[in-house]
Amino acid sequence: MAKVIFTPNVQRHVGCPAAEAAGATVREVLEKVFADNPQARGYVLDDQAALRRHMTIFVDGQMIRDRTRLADRVKDSSTIHVFQALSGG
Amino acid sequence: MSDRLLISTRKGLFTVMRNGGHWDISGVDFLGDNVTLTLTDSRDGKSYAALDHGHFGVKLHRSTANGWEEIASPAYPPKPEGYEEKDMWGREVNWSTNKIWALAAGGPDEPGTIWCGTLPGGLFRSNDHGQSWEMMRTLWDHPLRKKWAGGGADLPGIHSICVAPRNAKQVSIAVSTGGIWHTADGGKSWTQRGEGMRAEYMPPEQAHEPNAQDVHCLAQCRTAPERMWVQHHNGIFVSSDEGKTFTEIKDVQPSVFGFPVAVHPKEPDTAWFVPEIKDEKRIPREGKLAVTRTRDGGKSFEVLSKGLPQTHAYDVVYRHALALDEQGDRLAIGSTTGGLWVSEDQGDSWACVTHTLPPIYAVRFA
Repeated sequence: MAKVIFTPNVQRHVGCPAAEAAGATVREVLEKVFADNPQARGYVLDDQAALRRHMTIFVDGQMIRDRTRLADRVKDSSTIHVFQALSGG
Repeated sequence: MSDRLLISTRKGLFTVMRNGGHWDISGVDFLGDNVTLTLTDSRDGKSYAALDHGHFGVKLHRSTANGWEEIASPAYPPKPEGYEEKDMWGREVNWSTNKIWALAAGGPDEPGTIWCGTLPGGLFRSNDHGQSWEMMRTLWDHPLRKKWAGGGADLPGIHSICVAPRNAKQVSIAVSTGGIWHTADGGKSWTQRGEGMRAEYMPPEQAHEPNAQDVHCLAQCRTAPERMWVQHHNGIFVSSDEGKTFTEIKDVQPSVFGFPVAVHPKEPDTAWFVPEIKDEKRIPREGKLAVTRTRDGGKSFEVLSKGLPQTHAYDVVYRHALALDEQGDRLAIGSTTGGLWVSEDQGDSWACVTHTLPPIYAVRFA
C-alpha cells in the first residue's frame, strides 16, 4: 500500500496523520484516505476535486503533473507527500 | 445598544468590548489566520466566521459555548463534463468557492436560514445553521450571470445580501460586477434590478446597462425597506422602490467614491459613507479620514471627522468595515492600515480603539 504524508502545516486546522492506502493513481489512494478523514478532503482538493491551487503533491519525490484528475501512477511501495506549494504566501 | 464588536482581519478575529465607556480588545480567535467576514445571527446569537486559508481554501466556522467549530463551507456543484466558461482573460472559470464575501441571516420565520454570497458568483442558502448549503442554481444558471465580471477582485462576487424585513422570501443581492438582483419567491426566480445606475467605465451606450454596474455595497432600511442605498464604483445612488430604480446623488464632498454604506434602521433618509479619492488612488482626500452622513435622502451631506486622524491618514475602509448597530446610534469603522474607531453619537465624534491591528476586512456589531 502507498504511504501518504501530509504537510505539518495543515495539522493545526485538521488532523491528518500519515496513512496507508491501496490504489493505482494518486486519486485512488487519496480518496481512500479521505473516506476515513472526510474533513481533510476540502483542505487538499477544491470543489471540483482538483488539487487546490497552492497545494502540491509529490509521488516518490516527483511532483505530480495531473492536478485536475490526479491520474499520476502510484506503486504499492510509493510514498505520497501532500505539501503546500511555495506559491500562495 | 450593542457593546460588542467582531473585527475580521488578515491575521485573526478580534473581539472588542465596551467597558466603562471605553472600547478595548478583549480577545482574539484564529490568530494568524485570514478572517474575511463574520455574521452574528440576532435570532439565536450564533456567530459565523469565514476564513481564507490560502493554501487550504475557504472555511466556515460557527460559534459554540466553548469556542468555534468548523462547519460546511458552501461548495459549487460539479462542473458538467466539457462545459466551457471563460473569464474576461479567457481563463477557465473554476467552479469552486474562492471567497466568502457576504453572510446574512434569513427572516424571523426562518430559524437557521443563512445566506452566503461568494466569489466567483455563487449564492448559497443553508436552512440548518450552516451544516449544509444549497446553491441557488436559478441564479447561477441565469444567462446574464455569465456576463458578470471582476471588480476589485479578478472574479465576480456577491458582497451584499438584503433580506426584506417584512417578507424573507424577498431577497436583494448586489454583485461586483453584476448589478443588483432580486427574488420575490425565496430564490425560485431572479430578476435584475437597478435601473438608473450609471457606469463611467463602460462605453457610453452601455453605461446604464444594469448588469454592468459595479455596486460596491447595497444597504436596505429595516423599517422602510423600499429605501435602498448604493455605494457604487463611480457614485452614490438611492432608491425609493426597493432597488427597481435609482437616482444618482452627485457633487458629494469630499468624494462620491468609496466602498461601504450604512442606512439608519428607522430613518431611511439617513445614511453613512466613507469617502476616498476616486478610483485610481483610493486614499482619503488630503490624508484626512472622514465619514460622510446625509440626513435628508442625499440632498446634503455632512463631513464627520471629529476624532478621526486628519494628517497623513491613508486608511481605506472596505465595504464590510463600516458597522452600524441595531438602534442606529453606534458606528464603527476599521481600516486597511489597522485602525479601528467607534462612534456613539451617529458619527458626530469618534474614538480610536487601536491603530495597530492587522488589515481590517470587516467590522460587525455582535
